[in-house]
This record gives sequence, C-alpha cells and structure tokens, in this order.
Amino acid sequence: MFSFIVRRIAVAIPTLLILILISFVLMFAAPGGPFTNERPLPEAVMNNVMERYGLDDPYPVQMFNYVKNIVLHFDFGPSFQYRDRTVNDVIAQGFPVTLTYGFWSFVVAIGVGVSLGVAAAIRHNSWLDYLAVGISIGAQVLPNFVMAPILLLVFTLWLGWLPGGGWNGGQWNYVIMPVIALSTSYMASIARITRSSMLEVLNSGFIRTAKAKGLPMRRIIWRHALKPAMLPVLSYLGPAFVAMITGSVVVDVYFSTGGIGQFFVNSAFNRDYSVIMGITILVGALTILFNLLVDIAYAWIDPKIRY
Amino acid sequence: MTFKATLLAGTATALIALAGMAVADGHATHPVTGDVLASDQSFTYRVLDDFPSIDPQLIQDVSGSEVARDLFEGLMNEDAEGNVIPGVATGYEVSEDGLVYTFTLREDAKWSDGVQVTAQQFVDGIKRAADPATASEYAWFLGVTGIVNAEAVTAGEMPVDALGVRAIDDLTLEITIDAPRPYFPQTTTFPTLFPARLDVIEANGDDWTDPANIVSNGAYVLEEYVPQERLVRVRNEMYWNNDATIIDQVTALIINDENAALTRYLAGELDMTDIPAGQFPRLSEEYPDQAISFPNSCSYYYMFNLSDSGLEALQDVRVRQALSMAVDRDIIVDNVLAGGQRAAYTFTHWAIPGWEVPDIPMANMTQAERNEQAKALIAEAGYGEDNPLEVEIVYNTSDSHRAIAVAISQMWKQTLGVEATLANQEWATYLDTRGEQNYEIARGGWCADYAEPSTYLDLFTTTSSYNDGKYSNAEVDALMQEAKLSEDPLPLYQRVEEIAAADAAIIPIYHYASVRMMSANLENWPTENLLQNWYSRDLYISASE
Amino acid sequence: MVLPDKATADGLVQAAHLAEVRGRSLWADARIRFFRNKAAVGALIVLTLVAIFAFFGGFIAQYERDFVDFALMGANQTQGVPSIETGHYFGTDSSGRDLYARTVQGTRISLLVGIVGAGVAVIVGTLYGAVAGYFGGRIDSIMMRTVDVLMSIPFMFVLILMLVIFGRSILMLFIGIGLISWLDMARIARGQTLTIKNKEFVEAAVATGVAPMMIILRHIVPNLLGIVIVYATLLVPGMIITESFISFLGLGVQEPNTSLGALISAGASQMQYGVIWQLLFPLFFFIITLFAFFFVGDGLRDALDPKDR
Repeated sequence: MFSFIVRRIAVAIPTLLILILISFVLMFAAPGGPFTNERPLPEAVMNNVMERYGLDDPYPVQMFNYVKNIVLHFDFGPSFQYRDRTVNDVIAQGFPVTLTYGFWSFVVAIGVGVSLGVAAAIRHNSWLDYLAVGISIGAQVLPNFVMAPILLLVFTLWLGWLPGGGWNGGQWNYVIMPVIALSTSYMASIARITRSSMLEVLNSGFIRTAKAKGLPMRRIIWRHALKPAMLPVLSYLGPAFVAMITGSVVVDVYFSTGGIGQFFVNSAFNRDYSVIMGITILVGALTILFNLLVDIAYAWIDPKIRY
Repeated sequence: MTFKATLLAGTATALIALAGMAVADGHATHPVTGDVLASDQSFTYRVLDDFPSIDPQLIQDVSGSEVARDLFEGLMNEDAEGNVIPGVATGYEVSEDGLVYTFTLREDAKWSDGVQVTAQQFVDGIKRAADPATASEYAWFLGVTGIVNAEAVTAGEMPVDALGVRAIDDLTLEITIDAPRPYFPQTTTFPTLFPARLDVIEANGDDWTDPANIVSNGAYVLEEYVPQERLVRVRNEMYWNNDATIIDQVTALIINDENAALTRYLAGELDMTDIPAGQFPRLSEEYPDQAISFPNSCSYYYMFNLSDSGLEALQDVRVRQALSMAVDRDIIVDNVLAGGQRAAYTFTHWAIPGWEVPDIPMANMTQAERNEQAKALIAEAGYGEDNPLEVEIVYNTSDSHRAIAVAISQMWKQTLGVEATLANQEWATYLDTRGEQNYEIARGGWCADYAEPSTYLDLFTTTSSYNDGKYSNAEVDALMQEAKLSEDPLPLYQRVEEIAAADAAIIPIYHYASVRMMSANLENWPTENLLQNWYSRDLYISASE
Repeated sequence: MVLPDKATADGLVQAAHLAEVRGRSLWADARIRFFRNKAAVGALIVLTLVAIFAFFGGFIAQYERDFVDFALMGANQTQGVPSIETGHYFGTDSSGRDLYARTVQGTRISLLVGIVGAGVAVIVGTLYGAVAGYFGGRIDSIMMRTVDVLMSIPFMFVLILMLVIFGRSILMLFIGIGLISWLDMARIARGQTLTIKNKEFVEAAVATGVAPMMIILRHIVPNLLGIVIVYATLLVPGMIITESFISFLGLGVQEPNTSLGALISAGASQMQYGVIWQLLFPLFFFIITLFAFFFVGDGLRDALDPKDR
C-alpha cells in the first residue's frame, strides 16, 4: 500500500509538469497578450510591465522560474489582470468557496443518488424503479445552466425563500441553490451506477444464500449488499470531482459565488496567464490527490485488491 | 483673463451641512428636497465584473472609478449636471494664457487616519500615475489633461520631476498645461489625478488597497472586499463634509449574468441594475417608476479596415456608403435595443454640451430612400447578385453585440445581397485583431473621456492611436489641429463630421443610453450627468409611502 | 463533464470477455436480445426520428435559418409565438429568426459533434489501446502510464483555453471534445486486446509472418468492435452535453450557425421574459436525443452482456 502511494505521487510530478507545459505553450501561442489594451501602452510602461511579470525573459527561463517559485515558496506569482492581488490571493479566495459547495453537493449527490439507486434496485421493475431511473436520467440531461436560472426564478423571485446569489462567507441559505444546481448531474450518475451494481450484487450467490438463510431483507442490504455495491460508485467519484470543478463555472456565473470557476473563465477571457496556470495546476493536483484517496478507499473496502 | 471658479454649488453643500442632519431617527427629512428619509440608508448596486484595481492611479474601468470617487476625493468634483464643483480644492485660478492653474485646498480635508490632505499628496499622485515604474495602464490619461511633459514622462524620456505639477505650500497646488484646454478642470475629477499617500503605499506594497490597510480621503472607507463577490464601503467619519452625507453603506455586488441580476433586483436584493437589451419596453410598462433611460456619452459604430491589409472592396467609398445606408438604425434602436438609445448618423454623441449635430444628407432620408441609393451605389461599384460582396464582421463576445451584428448582416443581405459572416472574439483577442488591422469590418464603441466633441473626433485623425480603421484625411487632420486653438471650434468639428460622413469613414450606428432599473426610493441619481460620474454621498433613500 | 463511468467500462470488459467465450453466435444473439428490449427499441426509433428531423427537417421550414424578420424583432412575445399560420412552427428567437429552422440546424450540429467527437475518441483510443495491449511490455507500460498522466489533467480547462486562444471553429470543437475522451477508450481497448492477442488466430497470423500493425488492424481491432460500439454510444450524450456547456460559455459554433446548446443557453436567458418556447423546443430535442442515446447504449450493453439484469 505504502509503495503504491509513493508510486502514485511519483507519477503526479511529471503529470503536473506536463500540465504546466501544455498551459504555457497554449498561452504563448496566443495572439494578444495580457496587456492588450484599447489604448496601446507607451513603450516605457510596457517594458516595466513586462519586467514586473518577468515576461522579458526567454520562455524556458520563465517556465523554470515559475516552477521554481511554486516549489520553493508555493508562490504562483502576481495576477496580470488584477493589479492589487496575487494568484495566491485568488486561490485562497476561490478554492475554499468551490470546495465548500463542492463538498456539500457531493454529500447530497451521494446521499440521494445512492438511496435512489438502492430503492430502484430493491424494487426492480416496479414503478419506483422506473421513477428513479426517469428522475436520474432527467437530472442528468437537464443542463445546469438551465437548472440554475429556474432555481433562481422559483426560490428567489417567486417564493422569496433564498437569496439569489452571493456567498456571504458560506452562510447556509447562500449555499443551497449552488449545491442543488451542481449536484443533480452526478447525483443522477451515482443513482444509475448504484442501481446496476446493486442489481448485480443482489443476484450474486452470497446474497441468495443470505436470503435462503431467512435473514431480513433490510439486514441483507445494510450488512452484506451495500458495501460491494458501492465499489463502482467509488471509482466514479474521480470523474465526478472533475465534473464538479467544471460545473462550478456555471454556478459561479449564475450565483456570483466567487468560486474558482468564475476566476478561471474570467482569466481565460482576459489572458490572465498566471491565474489560468495557477488554477489549472491546482485543479490538476487536487484531481490527482482525489483519485489517490479514491484508490486508497477502494483498496480498503475491497480486500481482493492488492497493490 | 483670470477668473475665479464659481463657488455656488460649494455653498449649497455647506448649507446642507449646516441644516444639521439627524438621519438616525428615521423621520429625518432631506434638507433640500424635504423627502422623508428611510431609516436604513444603504445602497446596493450591481456591477458586471470584478474591479481590475481600486488603486486610483491604476484604475482603468468605469466601475473602478465609481468606487474610487466614493473612497477618494480629487481637486474638483462634478455635480448632478456634470458641472465642475469644488472638491478638496475650494477653487482655482487660471493664468491669463490659460496654461497655469493654481488650486487652493481646503484646510479641513483629512484622510481617514486623520492626516491632513496636502498639495504634495496630489503631486505625488500625479507623479505616481505618470511614472513608468508604476506601469499604470491609464497613464495615457495624463496626456489628455495636457500636463506639461506628461507624455514624455510616461514614455520614459524624461524624469518624473519634469512634470508640470508643483506644491507651492501645503494648501496650494500649481499645475501647468501645454495649451489652453478649457476642459482641464474636469480632468481633475478623474481618479488618475487623485492624491496618493506614499507612506501608506510604501508600507504595504500592492496590498495597500486591502480593507485593513487602505487610507482614503473620500466620503467613504473600504469596509469589505471579496473578489468576484462584493465590495462594501461605509461612511468615512473623518471626511470634511461627512455631515452632509446621507447614505451610510454602499455595496457593489459583482453579478456576471445580467438576467440573474435582474431577477435579484426584482426580488429586492438590489437598488440598481442594468436592463438587458430589448427588455426596456416591457419593464417600463410593468414598473414605470423604476425602469429609466437617460443618455450616456458613448457611441456605437462599425469601422472599416482602410489600411493596406483591408478588403479591396471596402476601399471604394461607394461600397462603404452603401453599407452604411443599408443599416436601418431605427430597427436597431427601436427593436433590438429598445432602451431609449438614439440612431446615429454622426460620431459625436448628440448630448455633448455645446454640440450641434450637423446636417448629414443621409439622416434626412427615409430608410426606403437610403436602401434605394445604397443599391444604386453598390451596383455602381460592381457588386450584385452575380458578384456578391463578402465581408466578415468581428465583434467582442456579448449578447447585444451579437444581436446587432445578426441584424446588420441580414440588412446587408436583404438589401444589398452582401454575404456577411460573423466572428466573435474575446475582448483581448478582439482588441489585438483591431489594433493590428487584421479584420474587414469591426464593431467599435467609444466613450467620452471629457464632455467635448474632440474626445470623439480625435479618432478620425491620422495620428490617433485609437484610430483602428486607419482612416486618414489631410483636411480632417488640419481642421482638428485648428480647432485646438480656436475660440469657437464648433463649426470646425461639424465640418469634420461632414467629411467623415461623406467618406463613410465609419458606420455610426447609435448613441448610448443608460438603461436601468432603479429602486423608486433611490433619490437624486444624476441622470443629467452625461459621463455618469456619480457620488454615493449625493444620493439618499427616501422612506416608502 | 459527464464521463462514462469507469464501472461501466469495467463491466463492458467483463461482458465482452464472457461473450467471447460463446463464440460466433454473439452478434445474432445480441441482436435478438436487443430487439426484445422495448425501451431500447423505442429509443432507437426516437433516435431515428431525431436524425430524420435534423437532416431532412429543413425541407419543410418556411424560412432560412439566418433570415431575420425585422417586423417581428422586439415584438417576439406577442408575434413571435409558435404558429402554423405564420410558418414559424416553433416561433422565433430573440433576433426574429425562425426557431424551427434553427432547431433543425442546431440538432444537426449537436448530433454531428456527438458522433464525430465519439468517432475521434474511438479511433484514437482503440488504436492506441490495441497497440499498447498487443506489444505489451515496456511499450505498454509507457503508453498506459501516459494515459494515467493525461487523465489527471483538467481537459475541460484546456479546451476552454484552446477555444479562447485559437478562436472558435467547429473543427476545433470536434478535435477538442474528441481528444478529451479517448483516454477511457484506450484503457478498455487495451484490456480487451490483452485477452485477444493470445487467441489462436492471432498466433497463426504471427506465425505466418504478418506485420504487427497489420495484425492489429486486421485481427485485433475487428474483434474489439462490439465493445467499441457500445462504448461509443454511451460517449455520444457526454459529448453533446460537453458541447452545450462550451456553447453556454459563448465558445461554441459561430453565428449564424447554431447548436442545441447555444439555443438552450439563449432560451434559458430569456425564460423570464415570456418567450419560454425559445427554451422548450430546443430543450425538448436535446433531452429526447440524450434519453435515446442512453437507452440505446444500455440496450446494447445488456444485449452484449449475457448476465441477466
């Protein structure tokens, strides 16, 4: 197990380097730099700007310095677009927000998704099953950029129950709509996966044996069936994490939550190189970390897996 | 000619202060209008995007300037009509040649930490803005003010000390400009020329604008700033005219999606937001006391690439004329935007003070006549059904730019048989495309920097760095040069517009209007201030009936 | 975005593996099983109808997709409503264009993005996986480690960057979306290849001196087809959803062309202004298309999976 973790971390480093390289190449291939302005800057000012951001060095030097600063000081450099802040500020501001509503949407998605899936599997081919499948596919195909304005209209304008946006330090009533908008699509996937793996487990030999022994159904589900049925759900969480980060773009746009998605899109549009890089690298690192955790959990739940 | 700036408006504010405001009890009335004031004097408005900076010398956008005008105060301010009134300076004197301005600062002006506001701090601010080391993207503005050597200093050719600014003593500031510029006093209302506390800036570096560090001399201080979410400012107790300030708290909420913003406005979370294109008629019917539209000094136009890299066909004035005539401006202002914008046949915004729109033949025709003539012109130029003109329109990504481009491309297609393709680009890419003359036709928008026609018409001159169409006409250049020194430049400006129209240098499309939902209780909004330079301390919230 | 889950992929590998044991009757068997599945057959019919709508619906449109009816502009809420008489079957969009013609075209683009994107993923992924699996050893381990590395890259971010930087075009979308999702395909194809390459027919080919690439193309890839088809069907909805997300960001296809994602995104922004049809028509086609792909995919998987679910 330990050597497995070490190996995975060893792979993570080249992954991040490749990520940095890709972002670097893409950005410097771009027409229009970060300081393209409606009114061209005087040369002296431009030179100072370039120097301030180290953009006058050759590309490999820039990349080397960039990586060096991250490794040595965890410093992602200054933002090109926002003069008063650094990329570290942006990250410190945006990531906690995204991770907070991301965490709650995971809780909701797993809770609701697993319940729906289990219920559908137990009552296989009943109306409940069809309803659950219907809901889950419906939730999966309704884009969250349609969901978000609907929520806004219903809960803010018509019912007046929830504030229509903002974050307010993560107060509960500000978190609800982002979580709903974000969680539906992978809640649906989790429900579908749970259903089919639960069906498989319920049809397997050891459950039949348990049934034959006359154990109550509830006990069979909780004690025996749930754990093995959760394995595929677990391996879906990695992709779900990526989907969550992507979905945060929509949530941030509609609910002005100030999460990382909004920062990313804005900086992509504004050519804010350092913010783009910082966010991409951190998201990449988190994805790697998350996948590692999932694999560890997998090994822990499923004793058959040995690394 | 020496003259003393009128202090009328200054006296009015002093009166307000004397009237003794008792805002706290909820039954206070406004000293001038007599309205009953609401007990909660907080004002919340929406901004589209985060502020690139709130550091006065670095600010480069409208919403950043709005914040800066609340947090800081310059030499002069603007009143509700856009007239220049005293700010930190009680007034100024101009030398007879119109080149030397001497400002007298008020004694009771203080920073939020109690330090006196001095002339030296204004000098520091201007030098800081000009210094290439500051790398301010708005340093060009000092060129507009005409401060002696400003352009050379920003270009790094002269030391910062060469600037024509000087503190004679703590309360006297002298600014020398290169030529008589009647609009100069107005430029001192710009954040670029605001005072700077170098001690605070040096102590905190780039973090000096954090709520914990910032020291400001305006009516408000920064209370909270959450990037991409909100910016809150509260009353500055040290402000010299604090007693006349009514609004206690101002919150700017950053909401990217304009429809979401409107929903939140309707849910009562905002006091002010923009109305999405095309929704004004419906909203003004439903909320007649809240949906408002008033002129805003910007012009929307399409530019032709007239440089060598441009499309061959567009070098032909007949083709340009035909394209311009075939654009039915009335449909665009009445149907696409429908928010009180005005059809434009000339570039300068119609509401600029002292401007009279010249008589352009095209403006007096009906659209049917224009279409007739456009067809004739394009046929004359050799384009028609068997040889259709193909052009590409570049615009920056936005729903309303897209809607206009769709409409115009169809007008061209339906009237002239022109095949237009659309290409939207991100802001930075789009500016690059334009700046490098890498396009055929591009969307443009230009906002006045000061309330005078030359802020627009300079774009027609060959040397203007914002002339992305590379239009060049020696007569226009000469006229603009002449206008600089002329006592009565209006006829010259009108002539420039006529020439530009005859050359079809650009396609003027419409003159902007601010189209907003504004809470019925939000009072004193300066709708007549053409550049929309508003100050929260002039506003108030009236009690609901 | 929605990535086909790993569990499905693993299940597929097993399923195909088991199916293989049964020998030649696999395809016939699968067909029978598929057509017994009512939901899947219904979905296939829906999908066919959607395809007919997308490719031939334009013939009954009364207007060009880019024709702006200036009389209707700004009067959408009252005059742009769906109606048979005016010829605007689905009403008009906010620019006064015929929504029917636009929905037809949008559906076509979305289907194309889905299918071509899945095609790119399948071709790249299958070849990559087959090569890695067939050669094995160090080549395999390097190739698959690369896949592991690439999997941790937030490709949606990279795609957004690409579209911002290189400008948007349908081609870029096809390539970008395809490249996001070939990784899973590569893993599946490799796993499958490992079991195939020890079969007698492959050994026979090796013995007679057929070139390795020829073996891969002639003998391995055809035997991967079953699993590839199932997986591709499940990939398509994900592609369509990805495209809609890109369109939401304004990075999708250029005007006057459109896609379902662009139409839905435009409709969603107008939904509070009394023109709800602008959202509902494109959303309807979007949803039934995705539903249909999901059910057909499920049906195919069940058909190829001998285990009774």
